[in-house]
Order: sequence, then structure tokens, then C-alpha cells
Amino acid sequence: MKKTIASVWVGLALLLAGALLVSCSKNANNASGGQLPVLINGAGSTFGYPIYSRWADDFHKAHPNVQINYQSVGSGAGIRQLIAGTVDFGASDAPMTSEQMGQAKVPALHFPTVLGAVVPTYNIPGVTAELKFTPEALSGIFLGKITKWNDVAIARANSGVQLPANSIVVVHRSDGSGTSFIWTDYLSKVSPGWKARVGASTSVNWPVGLGGKGSEGVTGLIQQTPNSIGYVELTYAIQNHILYGSVQNSSGAFVKASLDSVTAAAAATSDSMPADFRVSITNPPGKDGYPIASFTWLLVPTQIPDVTKREAITSFLHWMLKEGQNDAESLAYAKLPSVLTAKEDATIAQIH
Amino acid sequence: MQAPTNVIERATLWHGPRAFFRRLRTGDEVAHIITLIFAAVVVGITALLVYQLWIQSVLSRQKFGWAFFFTHVWDPLAGQFGALPFLYGTLVTAAIGLCLAVPLGLGTAIFLSEFSPPRVSDSLAFLVDLLAAVPSVIYGLLGIFIMVPWLRTTVEPALKSTLGFLPLFQGPTYGVGFLAAGLILAVMVVPFIVSVSREVLIAVPREQREAALALGATRWETIWKAVVPFAKSGIIGSVFLALARALGETMAVTMVIGNDPKVSASLFAPGYSIAAVIANEFTEATGNLYLSALIELGLVLFVLTFVLNGLARLLVLATTTRGAAHE
Repeated sequence: MKKTIASVWVGLALLLAGALLVSCSKNANNASGGQLPVLINGAGSTFGYPIYSRWADDFHKAHPNVQINYQSVGSGAGIRQLIAGTVDFGASDAPMTSEQMGQAKVPALHFPTVLGAVVPTYNIPGVTAELKFTPEALSGIFLGKITKWNDVAIARANSGVQLPANSIVVVHRSDGSGTSFIWTDYLSKVSPGWKARVGASTSVNWPVGLGGKGSEGVTGLIQQTPNSIGYVELTYAIQNHILYGSVQNSSGAFVKASLDSVTAAAAATSDSMPADFRVSITNPPGKDGYPIASFTWLLVPTQIPDVTKREAITSFLHWMLKEGQNDAESLAYAKLPSVLTAKEDATIAQIH
Repeated sequence: MQAPTNVIERATLWHGPRAFFRRLRTGDEVAHIITLIFAAVVVGITALLVYQLWIQSVLSRQKFGWAFFFTHVWDPLAGQFGALPFLYGTLVTAAIGLCLAVPLGLGTAIFLSEFSPPRVSDSLAFLVDLLAAVPSVIYGLLGIFIMVPWLRTTVEPALKSTLGFLPLFQGPTYGVGFLAAGLILAVMVVPFIVSVSREVLIAVPREQREAALALGATRWETIWKAVVPFAKSGIIGSVFLALARALGETMAVTMVIGNDPKVSASLFAPGYSIAAVIANEFTEATGNLYLSALIELGLVLFVLTFVLNGLARLLVLATTTRGAAHE
């Protein structure tokens, strides 16, 4: 009996020694490759996750020593982890508030990465046409002031479409999300009533409506409920072939969201772009831009004491603004306008 | 008095690695220590959980106090947080779930233990147990794509036209709402009631039945007056197990409840539950007060489950002692 126990111990010790040897030789191999491996941890936005994980993969192929590990824990959690210093970078669909900026020990820079847009989607039995929505119609519906589909505020812009006299069922996101932030930010800009009563945030106190969890929850509810209207990300609508309406922009044109009309919206605001890129681009000037669009940001500390990490992160940012942008459209994100990538590229120098 | 015992204990440990190994093999001592450690870990985890919920909800508790339970505005932007709609939704959906699941589950358990042949009973019990193994997100999906349209087009209009005079069955029918969440919960908790109650009913001694039959009772009278009362405490236990599950269910509920923090008398209206709002809003919650309010909701749910479990224990205790007094 004792012998068996002893032999087990010896076996375990041998295994441990073997494992140590193997790991040592691995390190030695890497070192002989020239560069030390660098592990970069990031966390945040679920909206940006598909492209960030693609970028992490592609960047790793180009720079085998850099491993970027991105956790899609949600924008709020991403900002909290950045403030706490538990990640090397954060990612968020809404820029950090001044209060949050103050909480961070090391100031953070905002880098817009790609653009997302939010589109109105609806299910009205008998209506297959693409509806046109004015800002007044959207804010009225979501405030609960417009309650019937044949209300004059909706019908005026859609002459030729036979709208029923049925009650509108509003559907919104129940989970806190960047999508809701973009939607409510837009409504706050076009409707003083919305701004005063509800405001813009990832979760708000909705005046009316049912809540669906996630884009799939909202879409599910809309498909199941006749006479409903809701909002989803453009990416989601494109990938799932969902019918969505066009929205009237600030110059009066009805624009259907597309990757181009979203990039156009960002280009239209680039002249007035603040140096820290913390800007909302909903309801931009210009006649081509789609009005319900927003950046999603990477949040990077201005000071990174670890030199290898700093070099890895800055070279990733440079790469993201050039080669990385080419990945955007295949994943149904709108890419940044070139005027903006140049400005951002200059900002990377602030990281020291 | 203390010192000598210590010396002896230390002496045995010191002198006897050999004796220690012998004891290890015979096991008693070691089993005692190891199981004690495991039990302490479980208690410790629970205590730590409460402690964490308590300290992390401090902001919200200080700001809102008891008003947290009586206000119904949930506005993250304005920093106004009231738990009433969530508390209400949690209790109402759990109540609907139990009202439907208890008769269904108990009836099934009685059939399986008393009427059906043992082979059928075993295979049916296996199927019922399978229901408990289905992930809740699957229930939620079935709920949103099949149950909700059926409720909206068939069940709710029928209830409205027959029982519409009650405030419970008024207002517009969306399909999603308290009723949908309650129904889903009923399906989800039935297996708990069935499998525990069935075991308890099977364990009722044969003599109990024979005595009742010998007195001239019919089969149903035997079951209802002799067998079920004998198994009462176990059945109540199963119901409270089901209740705890219904209170804490998150995914399936959030998919069909409508996620609208309002207190409405109508079962057709959309509502919200504690577990659902935490799952929905925690990841994107920015601001310390907001987080703190969500954590306080977690604390409320914990306390609610704790209190209801305590009540269950008391109920079981009361019914068993009364039974003993009768005998």
C-alpha cells in the first residue's frame, strides 16, 4: 500500500519536472525568435466584438509575438475595467462621461474604430413597402403620443401606402446596450420633449413599449406582434434580411441606412470633430448622411509604462486604422472616413 | 484543563505519522474532518454572498432606504431606482406558475405512484425528469415563438370574452406579459413537484393504504385521505423547491415577460422580474448608484428566497407535529 502511494508521488514529480522542462524550452524557442511574447487584454462592447476578434486574429498573424485577448463583456463593464486598470484597453459604444474620465487614474484616449447605425424595423400586416419616417414620427411613436399607424405624422411622408388604423406596439431593447444609446441619443437631438422626459443612455425609463432581450429578442417580438415597431443595429438587419425603413435627415432627405450613408454621416461631422473624438454624430449636417449612426470606440490609457506593451498597442492602433479598416465591410460595419483616420493616427503619439 | 488535552492531541499527531496513516485508511477521523470542511465551505460561501451583496449595495440602501420597496420609477439616467415593479412581477409570475404547476404536478405524481403500473410509472417519471434538464433559454425560445402567438390569438381573447369582467383579464393583449411568464414557469417547475412528490408518495407504507381500504374507503378516498396527508410534508417541500426555482428563473422569464417595469392588475400586461432586470442591465450599468441598486435587487431576491424557504420549513414542521398529535 505504502509502495503504491510512494510510486504515485514519484510519478507526479516526474510529470511536473517534464512540464517545467517543456515550458522552459518553449520560452527559449520564443526568445530565439527575437521578440518576447506580449499579451494584451481588452474588454468591453459586444457590438464591436466580431470585428475586434477578427482584428486580434489578423494582427496576430502579422505580428506573431502579439496576442490580443478581447472579452465582450459589455460597454459598461469595459469602462469599469479600464477605470480599475484590470485591462490594457477598453471598448465602448458610448463615449466615457466626464465623471468616468475623472475616476480613471490614467487619462484615457478615445479611438473611433468603426461605425454602427440603428434602423427602425416594423411589422404591419398588409404593408410590405419600405416606410419613411420623419424625426417627429419616430419621437412621437416612442413617446407614446402617436398611437395609431394611420396617424397623419406617419401617413404624410408615406403617401401611396395604405396604413391601418391599428394601435402601434413599441418594442425596445430591455438589456442595456449601445444600440439603445444611439437610438435615444438621436431622439434626444430631434425632440426636445424626448430630451426632457427620457434622455439618452444605454438603458432609459421608456415611456411606452415592450422590452426584448438583445437584437434577437427585439426582432422576435416584432415578428410575433402585428403592428409593432422597434429598432435594431444595421449590421443585424443586413445579416438577417430584415425589412427596415428610411429616416429623414437634417436636410430633409429620406435616407436608407447603408454602409456608405453611414460613413457619409461621419465624414460630414469631421470638420467639427473635437480633439478627443468623444462626439455624437447622430443627426449630422449634409444631405447624404444617415442620421442614426455612431462610432464605437477603443479606450486606451495615455500612459503605458510597459514598453513592449506600449509598442504592441500603438502598432495595433496604426494597423487598425489602415489595414484593419478593410475588414469592416465584410462584417457589415461602416468604415471610418479617411479624413478621420488621419486625425486619429496623429493622436496615437499621445500614448507614452 | 485545556493544556493537558492539547498536549495529548499534539503528542498523538507528533508521534504517529504511522498512526495517522492507519486512521486515514480506516477513515472515520478523516471523513469527519473532510465533510466538516465541505460543510463549512458551503456555509461560508453563502455568508460571503450575503456580505458582498450587503456592502456593495450600500450606496443604494443609504440613498433610498425603505422607499426602495415602495417606489416604482426605474430611471437609470435620473438616478431614480424603485424595486416595486420588479418585486411585484417576481411574486405574481411565481404565483401564477405555482397555481398551475401544483395541481398538475400533484395529479401527475398521484397517477404515477398510485394508478399506473410500475413500468409505465418509471418511464414516465424519466420523461418528466427530462423536462427539468431542458436549458431555460430553450423554454424561452419556445415561449416567444410558439406560446406567445398562441396566447395572443387564442387564449387571451378567450379569457377576455369569458372572464373579462375581472380586472385580471382586461386591457390589450400582447401575448408577452405576466401570464406568459407564469405559464413558462409552470412548465419549468412541474418536474420538481412531480419527481419529489412521486418519491414521497411511493414511500408511504403499505399498511397506511391497507388500513384505509379495510375500513371500506374507496381507492380515491384512500389516496386523498390516507396517502396524501401522510406524504404532506414531502409534497410541501417539493412545492417550495419549485417556488425557489420560479423566483430565481431569469432567461425564460425575461424572454416572455415584456420587460416593462410597471405594476398592472391585468395578467395580460407586460411586467418585469428581479432576476430579469439584473440579467438585462448589469453588464451595461454605468454609474455607482445604478450598480448598487441592481445589487440591492439581488439582495432582495436572496432575502425573499430565504424567507420563503424558512416559511416552508415552518409549515412542514407545523403540519408534521399536528399529524403526530392526531395519532
